[in-house]
Amino acid sequence: MAEIRSLEKKSCLSGSGLTKVFGFGNQKTVAVDHVDFNFYEGEVVSIVGESGSGKTTLAKMLLGLISSTEGEIYFQGKKLDIRTQRKKREYWKNIQAIFQDPFSSYNIFNKIDSVLLDCIHMRGGRKFSHAKKVELMIEACSFVNLKFEELTNKYPFELSGGQMQRLMIARIFLLKPQVLLADEPTSMIDASSRATILDYLTKLSKETGMTTIFITHDIGLAYYVSDTVYIMERGKFVESGSADAVILTPKEPYTQRLINDVPKIYEAWDLSTV
Amino acid sequence: MSNVMLEVRELTTKYVTRFGEDIYAVDHVSLKVEEGKTLGIAGESGCGKSTLALSLMGYYFAPLHYTSGEIIIDGRNISGMNPNDVRKSILGKEIAYIPQAAMNALNPTRKIIHFIEDVIKEHELYITKKDIYDRARKLFETLGLSADVLQKYPVELSGGMKQRTVIAISVLLLPKVLIADEPSSALDVTSQKMVIKMLRKLMETGLISSLIFITHELPLLYNVADDIMVMYAGQIVEHGNAKQTVFDPIHPYAKGLMGSIIVPEKGLRDVKLTAIPGVPPNLKNPPSGCRFAERCKYVQPECKTHSINLNEVDGGRAYRCIFSEEKLREAYQNG
Repeated sequence: MAEIRSLEKKSCLSGSGLTKVFGFGNQKTVAVDHVDFNFYEGEVVSIVGESGSGKTTLAKMLLGLISSTEGEIYFQGKKLDIRTQRKKREYWKNIQAIFQDPFSSYNIFNKIDSVLLDCIHMRGGRKFSHAKKVELMIEACSFVNLKFEELTNKYPFELSGGQMQRLMIARIFLLKPQVLLADEPTSMIDASSRATILDYLTKLSKETGMTTIFITHDIGLAYYVSDTVYIMERGKFVESGSADAVILTPKEPYTQRLINDVPKIYEAWDLSTV
Repeated sequence: MSNVMLEVRELTTKYVTRFGEDIYAVDHVSLKVEEGKTLGIAGESGCGKSTLALSLMGYYFAPLHYTSGEIIIDGRNISGMNPNDVRKSILGKEIAYIPQAAMNALNPTRKIIHFIEDVIKEHELYITKKDIYDRARKLFETLGLSADVLQKYPVELSGGMKQRTVIAISVLLLPKVLIADEPSSALDVTSQKMVIKMLRKLMETGLISSLIFITHELPLLYNVADDIMVMYAGQIVEHGNAKQTVFDPIHPYAKGLMGSIIVPEKGLRDVKLTAIPGVPPNLKNPPSGCRFAERCKYVQPECKTHSINLNEVDGGRAYRCIFSEEKLREAYQNG
């Protein structure tokens, strides 16, 4: 394990030999293949890969939504144990996620107040007075520039995609987890509101010292937000390092191809390579 | 000046909802595409890009209705034509359209060659299967696709391959203008590049004369298009050549849009990405005056009352704003 580097930086989430195999026999698919990683506290990490490279499977394992076939996950230095539902719930207080599709992330029968109230209750605020709860909710909404008065008594479908995704960030603001896993948080919303979402996420992770893991196929986005970038190909990390090093001077042929294939505006886009 | 392939004058089309409300999704749009040129259309979702693409074909079906304006393809006015005539003599031959996620249109129970037979037989009644096959093979080979694809079922092809196959089928009848609506949005970067390369090849080999390319991905648009048109709430807000529009936009909306471009290049981390607050207006009752006024940083009271015309400036550019170009530039400099 890469404990040598972490003299000043404390490891938050790490894994060794993490593997997930779907199916067996002839139909075996190795979605994630013996990956080792070490995400430090307060760091913004990106996992970049094409569709089918195993990014989302890895994310689901980190979240404890599916079990791993082999290998271990270490959370704050301790081996992760989520074998019972109770332990899982305890773990989910520390790790939260934002998913790609804001429209399907909410329970359509619950009003927005209850979405936020649940978060307060989850952080032990069940006995708070009503005024205190409202104050917390207003604070969370104003963090992402939403007006709480306009949101109360509304259902999630009455909001736009950008607003829903911002509300997701407001949830994270209330929950204050140690790790946030953002799985393609901006791919379903317009480019014009993308910058806002990214700004709030980076601001939140700076303010709370939360580790943010971005999972994306957009290499430009990864470069814009993250400190460290992991490039994933067919279930393996092929290259990792600081964002500048990986994106501007890629060493692996796969990374080079990936970056080369993204349309650019300052440099010429070479069409002859495909 | 080269030949104008497609000219649109003041085209207005509307959607009629089941409550009888009119929604003008394309509002007095004029454009010109010359031979050998690519026109890119940019804008947020819900700004009328795809509706414009549908309207350009001249083939209207409910809830989309034609209201006014002219569409002239290579000197032939097709606006107001009978839908059946449009289908017989315009679609595929003069103008072809690749809708979003076109690859999902392939029926999984039929081989690729069957789709091609369908298209050709509809227009040429007495053609033999062998002739169709030869023609298809020749076309596929010109476009760098293997002829084996013809005998395959759609499920045997990858997403990028399916998309390229659909594009090849769409140009079978040698249309003059091809409209590609987000042809690469569901693909990974490498397949996307192959699709773009193929579209370029179509232009180079003369299979199509002009291309209209619609996407919300600006870096891609910049690399594909010669001219870029920015749409907002059914109107054109800026029109100019690709370089000027991306690097030196005039309209505040275009400015905001270009400020949100993310590319993995040096210097990206130093720029602050801009965002445009709010959402596009509901076109059921569009705001009087400037439609962007609600979200504009530089809004003045008169913006909301005056109707705004498209101002022409040097170099074939146009923008839709109440302010002069100098005044806008000054405002951008002051932040």
